[in-house]
Amino acid sequence: MTSEPHASARRADAPQAPVRISIQAEDFDSAAEIARLAEGRTDVGAVVSFTGLCRDEGGTLEALELEHYPGMAEGEISRIVDDAVARWPLAGVTVIHRHGKIAPGGNIVLVVTASAHRGAAFAAGEFLMDFLKTRAPFWKKEHRRDGTATEWVEAAARDDEATERW
Amino acid sequence: MKVLYFAWVRERIGTAEEDLDLPESVSTPAELIGWLKTRGPEFESAFERPEIIRVALDQVHVEQDAPLGNPREIALFPPMTGG
Repeated sequence: MTSEPHASARRADAPQAPVRISIQAEDFDSAAEIARLAEGRTDVGAVVSFTGLCRDEGGTLEALELEHYPGMAEGEISRIVDDAVARWPLAGVTVIHRHGKIAPGGNIVLVVTASAHRGAAFAAGEFLMDFLKTRAPFWKKEHRRDGTATEWVEAAARDDEATERW
Repeated sequence: MKVLYFAWVRERIGTAEEDLDLPESVSTPAELIGWLKTRGPEFESAFERPEIIRVALDQVHVEQDAPLGNPREIALFPPMTGG
């Protein structure tokens, strides 16, 4: 499901931050998404992006399968984005998270943040990824090339710890 | 009450969704998990470590000791591994 881009609450010290959140099976074009955030604007001085990709885990992985909780996934990411917009003077945010089967080398997640200055864009991007990993309802399952039993990826303690710095 | 299961919780139980009449005694997610465990070996297996199970009431995260209230749906799932 895809949400229409909507304007977040306007901060006193920032222009409107267009927000685009999409939970989708199909691939995305990172370059196009990055370009779109600064398109037609002259107030954006920094665009920071993070693309999460599927690793082959030393050649052992055939594919990752991502399950999600439709509705809640989008709602939870919206809440995390709202927190980021309230915290940093952002000029735009895009979050795209795929679900379904993804082969090694494929895109999983994209976070793009735009701001007048790089500090806010970098910090907001890290904040979004830290909370997305620990709060957005997605679960990864590994399919192995040797056909052994599929396994659910275990949550990493380091991901929980990463949220504590905020 | 609609109860949803995800990831390995869903796999172990063998179903993604149930419509359940909860007993009066169930007033928190922790009590719900305890009651579900009595429903058979597949539930016993899904909830063998009840403390790690995450809960959402109407698609919002809650702690296991939160009041259950009267949500449209309750979801029980493992720790999340997205991103």
